[in-house]
Amino acid sequence: MVPLFSAEGLSSLIFIFIVMTTVLGAVIATHSERLIRAVTGLAITCIGVAGLYYYLRSPFVALMEMLIYVGAVCVTIVFAVMLADPKPDESAEKGNVFTGPLSFVLGISIFWGLAALAGKTAWVLPVARKNDGSLEEVGKSLLTNYSMVFELISIVLLVAIIGSLVLARQGRTRTGGQS
Amino acid sequence: MNIPAFGDSLITYLIIAALLFGIGFYGLVQRRTLIGMLIAGELILAGASINFMAFNRFLSPDPTVGQIFTLFIMGIAAAEAAIALSIIIAVYRNFRTIDVEDVAELKG
Repeated sequence: MVPLFSAEGLSSLIFIFIVMTTVLGAVIATHSERLIRAVTGLAITCIGVAGLYYYLRSPFVALMEMLIYVGAVCVTIVFAVMLADPKPDESAEKGNVFTGPLSFVLGISIFWGLAALAGKTAWVLPVARKNDGSLEEVGKSLLTNYSMVFELISIVLLVAIIGSLVLARQGRTRTGGQS
Repeated sequence: MNIPAFGDSLITYLIIAALLFGIGFYGLVQRRTLIGMLIAGELILAGASINFMAFNRFLSPDPTVGQIFTLFIMGIAAAEAAIALSIIIAVYRNFRTIDVEDVAELKG
């Protein structure tokens, strides 16, 4: 417990606000009927998750979360929503058994199981830290221990770019035109 | 007046991650459009990343592993979103809809 009117208390208040932002965004992302609002909810969630990363003492990962998710992934999904033009779905009348209360029960039970598991486990604290986890250490181990993975993920990104271009291009006529 | 310091305990982050995972799973089952399912999948990935970062901050002897893993999850998620969205565009071009109930050629 920390006093409310101090720096720690203020940071704790901001933490509660960030957590509420995250959960609210997730609820918007799954519950809104229009997909463009769901994308906005995803962006709000990602801003909240970036705040959580900041509280976990890694501002670089928080910055990357903002940059990649809010700046790239959400904008890409917005473009797909505009291109695919989905109608606000009339899901109520022709849903099956999974889209009703059963999915809610499934989600609640998964949350309950994971939270109970996290609460019951006796976590073992480390005896000593090898480094302080700063950005400099992250960069060093990214270029020494994990350099193979670093190269592999660049190849994965290249293949993904080319593959998505090929996939999105198929079915178009070569002459362009109105098709 | 006192307030608990939530940001300094591991269990808080684990519960938030479990909540995001549960909401994401609920959305993945309940959504009927492909883009909605993709958004719910991103929520699930965010829950997994929070778990990695929390264990990295509180339990890991080497506090760079979780950060690097989270960065790789972000890269993979970006590639996955690009591929999935171009598949969705192709599906929309063939079927004129992205509703998962209507995207079916074999009736059964």
